[in-house]
Amino acid sequence: MIQQASLTWLAGHELRLGWRDWVSLMTAGGRTRGRTAFVALVCIAIFMHVFAYWTVAAYADAGLGSDTAALVGITGTLILSWSLLLSQAMESVTRAFYSRSDLDLILTSPASARKVFAVRMGRIAMAAGAIAVLLAAPFINVLAALGGGRWLAAYGVVIAMGAVATAVALALTITLFRTIGAKRTRLVAQIVAAVIGAAFVIGLQVAAIFSAGSLSRYAALQSDWMLRHAPDTASAFWWPARAVLGDYVALAAVFGFAAAVLGMAIAVFSHRFGEHSIAAAGVSNTVVQQRRWVLAFRRRSPARTLRHKEWTLLKRDPWLVSQTLMQILYLLPPALLLWVTFRTGHDAFIVLIPVIVMAAGQLAGGLAWLTISGEDAPDLVSTAPIAANRILLAKIEAVIGMVALIFAPIVALLAFDAVFAAAVCGLGILSAAAAATMIQLCFRVQARRSHFRRRQTSSRIATFAEAFSSIAWAATSALAAAGVWQAIGPAIVAFGILAGVWMLSPSRS
Amino acid sequence: MTSSNRPIALALRGVSKRFDRPAVDALDLTIYGGEFYALVGPNGAGKTTTLRMVVGLLRPDVGSISIGGIDALSDPVAAKQITAWLSDEPMIYDKLTPYEYLEFVAGLWRIDPAIALVRARELIGWLGLEPHAHERCEGFSRGMRQKVALAGALVHDPKLIILDEPLTGLDAGTARQVKDVLRARARDGGTVIMTTHILEVAERMADRIGVIARGRLIAEGTLDDLRRQTGETATSLEDTFLTLVAEQAAA
Repeated sequence: MIQQASLTWLAGHELRLGWRDWVSLMTAGGRTRGRTAFVALVCIAIFMHVFAYWTVAAYADAGLGSDTAALVGITGTLILSWSLLLSQAMESVTRAFYSRSDLDLILTSPASARKVFAVRMGRIAMAAGAIAVLLAAPFINVLAALGGGRWLAAYGVVIAMGAVATAVALALTITLFRTIGAKRTRLVAQIVAAVIGAAFVIGLQVAAIFSAGSLSRYAALQSDWMLRHAPDTASAFWWPARAVLGDYVALAAVFGFAAAVLGMAIAVFSHRFGEHSIAAAGVSNTVVQQRRWVLAFRRRSPARTLRHKEWTLLKRDPWLVSQTLMQILYLLPPALLLWVTFRTGHDAFIVLIPVIVMAAGQLAGGLAWLTISGEDAPDLVSTAPIAANRILLAKIEAVIGMVALIFAPIVALLAFDAVFAAAVCGLGILSAAAAATMIQLCFRVQARRSHFRRRQTSSRIATFAEAFSSIAWAATSALAAAGVWQAIGPAIVAFGILAGVWMLSPSRS
Repeated sequence: MTSSNRPIALALRGVSKRFDRPAVDALDLTIYGGEFYALVGPNGAGKTTTLRMVVGLLRPDVGSISIGGIDALSDPVAAKQITAWLSDEPMIYDKLTPYEYLEFVAGLWRIDPAIALVRARELIGWLGLEPHAHERCEGFSRGMRQKVALAGALVHDPKLIILDEPLTGLDAGTARQVKDVLRARARDGGTVIMTTHILEVAERMADRIGVIARGRLIAEGTLDDLRRQTGETATSLEDTFLTLVAEQAAA
């Protein structure tokens, strides 16, 4: 029998919580949705394996005698994945610090808080590893099926990457706590996580744009400069790549290194975890002053009052600031490509119009959820003397206004080079944003803004419809900008998605 | 002033609402201007559903609702203009300060900014929120949040204030402040309707008490009227309430 409050007992408790969290995430809390979620997961797994076959089948024969170019390619892919894992781990660590949940229970129980937090850190590492394994599995399976079982060693590398990402995330977050304090860490950690997640992809794209005038990140990885300056193939730098290729000695070294780093991080930081969690819990009691120079109420119509409220709340939402920053970060490479194109005078801007339109659709979807569903005072707004449709209209205006404000400079820049393309891009942005807003309107729920992170699980139809609608509008805009009549095709698909959403909409029934 | 010559602030006629089972069943209710009315009843009796229908958050299946002579079902905007609603869970915006929240409410109700500011200052002072008036509400205790929500309900000077369990979770000091504000409101001619589980509050504050069970109004009147209905004369509201509910359950 396992001794109560021992590491194993606590690990069992954390595992149970983690499993239930995951099941709830998959089934959106509904028991009857379990089978649907299972079928959906199987479909996604099949799709991902087909996609993996299409992308990596050609590399299945790569062996241990691979050249520098192959090692650079694999290492680049690993760093890219690791930066995303690190971003995810930072978010998990920050969330663990700021979630009060069972903090009072832990700290007032006779169990060793250090043990509890050590197990919790282990759980974060496991979650990071599990996500990485899930995402990498289709690619590894395809490579193993075509190139031999040695490719299965890649699973070990992926788990090691999750462990190192968690250790680094812990170190970074705790350093932030110690340097800037609990109050600012929440916002800064979210922004840092977003920047880390985007930085490597964007860095490669920027390098590719300047070297090859392309958005492909592999163009930079395979450039002469990169291959000339890469370490010798015998260098320890390539061990993770070699481990992926089936070098078991390298795999043992990578695994040992990861375990040591994670173990050290847990040993060093577990006692600080409790200390910082207490500080984080006190953040909600801290005071944020919003003093004005002159206290006066402004005269606004009810619709303008609502729009102003939405914009103020969006502006003051740290999580949303980091998400918005992320969207804008991803727009940097297209903006750079635009600038390079403008300088050289060729028509590569057609490549970036769909990127911009897609980003606008995704951003609008998030903003629309926050303004329409994430209303923290629904009773107040519903009992105000304004017609319900006027309230909705004001909220839609708030979303479209925000999207227009963010994307207007890019469209204006584009207009310097090609007025027609700029007009198409502007229309595409508006269409994608309006469609995403309509989808959120059809699937509106009553939720708190703080539930934003879980919005995708509340309606998977809305999530997929939003993504496919943005893709359809992106394709329409790209084809229209190229002056091709086939642009009608994806536009019809986009309207079809909206019609489907309207028919399936719970608010209609 | 007797009930008969007072203006009717709220009239419900044959109002019913059904979810899985009837929540409110052919309810008739008349509340007069300047009256402090307490609606009491066991859990699930239909109190909150009734009030949510009055403020337009739910639509009745059948029946009519009139607020200050305005048909609330055919002209909800006009009815809402003179009504305020305060739920048991204070719903305010964490990222706004009390003044910003009140400015928002005043904007929704189209109150002249200068008048709204004067009222906001009065309410903030009255409710003891002055030291926190420019702080974001995110760090506020439940009591402070309830006070901000109450200030929001009063800043547009409603004729009818409807409150669902406004004293839940409040400390004695805050509860006293809220009760004082509501009593003053009724004294000044406003109509206050409140649901509560705290029968002493209903007993001390209300002009009339309505007892609701299984979606029906089973008794109504002053405390003495209710005592007479149970055939007892010297019992507390708690005893009277329990007798009435038990009789209804047995019926």
